[in-house]
Amino acid sequence: MGYLKVRNVGKAYKRYPSKWARLAEWITGREWHEKHWVLRDISFEVAPGEAVGFIGVNGAGKSTLLKIITGTTQPTTGSVDAGGRIAALLELGMGFHPDFTGRQNAYMGGQIRGLSTEQISELMPQIEAFAEISDYIDQPMRTYSSGMQVRLAFSVATALRPDILIVDEALSVGDAYFQHKSFNRIHEFSEQGTTLLIVSHDRSAIQNLCDRAILLERGFVIKDGYPEEVMDFYNAIIAEKENATVEVRRLEDGRAQTTSGTGEATVADIAILDESGQRVEFVDVGQVVTLHIEVITHAFIERLVLGYGIKDRLGQVIYGTNTHLKEQALLNVPAGTRYVFDIVFPANLGPGSYSIQTALCSTDTHLVNNYEWRDLALVFNVLNINKSHFAGCAWIDPEIKISTI
Amino acid sequence: MLHPVMFRSLWQYRGFVWGSVLREFNGKYRESLFGAFWAVAGPLTMIVIYTVVFAQLMRPTLPGHESTRFAFSIYLCAGVIAWGLFAEMLGRMNSVFLEHGNLIKKANFPRICLPTIVVFSALINFGILLGIYLFFLTIIGHWPGWPILSILPLLVLQLLFTIGLGVALGTLNVFFRDVGQITGVVLQFWFWLTPIVYTLQALPVSARGFMRFNPLLPLIGAWQTVFLDRSWPDFTSLLPLAVLTLLMLWLGAWLFLGRVGELVDEL
Repeated sequence: MGYLKVRNVGKAYKRYPSKWARLAEWITGREWHEKHWVLRDISFEVAPGEAVGFIGVNGAGKSTLLKIITGTTQPTTGSVDAGGRIAALLELGMGFHPDFTGRQNAYMGGQIRGLSTEQISELMPQIEAFAEISDYIDQPMRTYSSGMQVRLAFSVATALRPDILIVDEALSVGDAYFQHKSFNRIHEFSEQGTTLLIVSHDRSAIQNLCDRAILLERGFVIKDGYPEEVMDFYNAIIAEKENATVEVRRLEDGRAQTTSGTGEATVADIAILDESGQRVEFVDVGQVVTLHIEVITHAFIERLVLGYGIKDRLGQVIYGTNTHLKEQALLNVPAGTRYVFDIVFPANLGPGSYSIQTALCSTDTHLVNNYEWRDLALVFNVLNINKSHFAGCAWIDPEIKISTI
Repeated sequence: MLHPVMFRSLWQYRGFVWGSVLREFNGKYRESLFGAFWAVAGPLTMIVIYTVVFAQLMRPTLPGHESTRFAFSIYLCAGVIAWGLFAEMLGRMNSVFLEHGNLIKKANFPRICLPTIVVFSALINFGILLGIYLFFLTIIGHWPGWPILSILPLLVLQLLFTIGLGVALGTLNVFFRDVGQITGVVLQFWFWLTPIVYTLQALPVSARGFMRFNPLLPLIGAWQTVFLDRSWPDFTSLLPLAVLTLLMLWLGAWLFLGRVGELVDEL
């Protein structure tokens, strides 16, 4: 139950040169179409209970792949073997009928998933309670806002815990409250053993929910691994321009360091220094440290901005800024210059492992000119040596005043 | 169509099929004040108009019924009701996959459910009309008696023929949208080329020979025989239609089963 085996799946849509070509093909039996491949030779296996995120730019084939797994679309080549009941939230709604009431649509949504009317009647109070759309449930669907439709669609699709749950960007529509609520439900399902397949462009959603990510690009699986690693690679691909390269290096601890960029400027050295200027790997909570970054330029650069981010163990950025925001961008930099950036800050972080990512670009974002983007450029650890124990990833030491009235 | 897996999955999805039939029936009239009255208003209007227009013209051509009151209305209704079932089912099956494209793209359910919903939905409208008709026959003292049982085999034959043809056209229509347009036009011609609002006897003999090629003629004729003549129809005359029905069922099954996977790519 809940396993998924995708073997050599490919999908091609037929394209005919003219409207009559199809008729000619049907009658003569000769092939008149050309095949437009949107997925090619996709193979992977998902173990029961695993949570997999699918990422990729628009048109990479994510939705088509999920539709094939759901069974609404037939693959052109290969096969999909899924164990157990699949529930899918594909895009907005689920073929709701605008003139029927929410309740009628809920019944239809259940029936179309093969549930009996009695089963749905039993689940109905729970569906209503979860959707929280109150008396709208008996109003025609066309009076619903898109957020309300998503609430109902999600509630119906997840009324029974499925063995495999497929969510295609549907969650980004609801309001923050409902997003939290639905994430909680997905989390619960995942803990109870439901296999999750999620498409999202939201980095934190993928990293929070998934223990694996698959990156699709032009119909191919180009990366399959830890979410953080794949997300870094994905960001690098987005930034990739012209002659830019993407390089992945394995670090000693097995994590992958992704470097990309056009290479006009590169980070030559990076280190964390203590007050005396010594390189350190371990930092005390609250200790004032210097992030020492040396940058070499290899070509003339009109405007050079250095950005950095401190990421936690899960890859979430705890803090990040750049010299553009600090209004310290370098202008008209000649080739062959070596710059030293000493960034001094107190390490007000909770105990744990952190990494630094660096970016060399010309503006606020690395999407315009990406000279170099480096994930996991440096890894350091924060230890709690002399502070009282506290929870969390930030050190926000309070002064607590207690009094009676 | 004669695929055991298909019937099993249909049975599994009976909740969806039956639920959709009911929702459609309720939904069609839920916003209207007179509700289900509108389901029969269309055919009733047609019957009234044709009775008024044609009754006087046609009376002499209903031999043996010169003394029967409402003879033409009885004749007309039998034809209109039977034809109405055929035309409604065929017309809707034609567009059933296109209409529910949204559903087909988003949910994985046996596609054969959709034509099945059309069949039951059309049968409900047909049942209401037939009920009114039988009530009317009882009141005027023209109850057909035992021959009424023959409408069951007539109905089965008609349904199978329509399903075969309808599924074939519905599947084709997804790939060649012209099919839907052609069907509408052909249905119009077909209606007027079938003796429903006129009688076969009213036609010149030369035209009657031409009518032999209309496969629905013996079927509609059988309906008219049951209700007007109150006698058993000539079942042997339906043999060509039965053969054609088998052919249509095979054609529908071949097209549908062969192309069902490709359907969604064209919606």
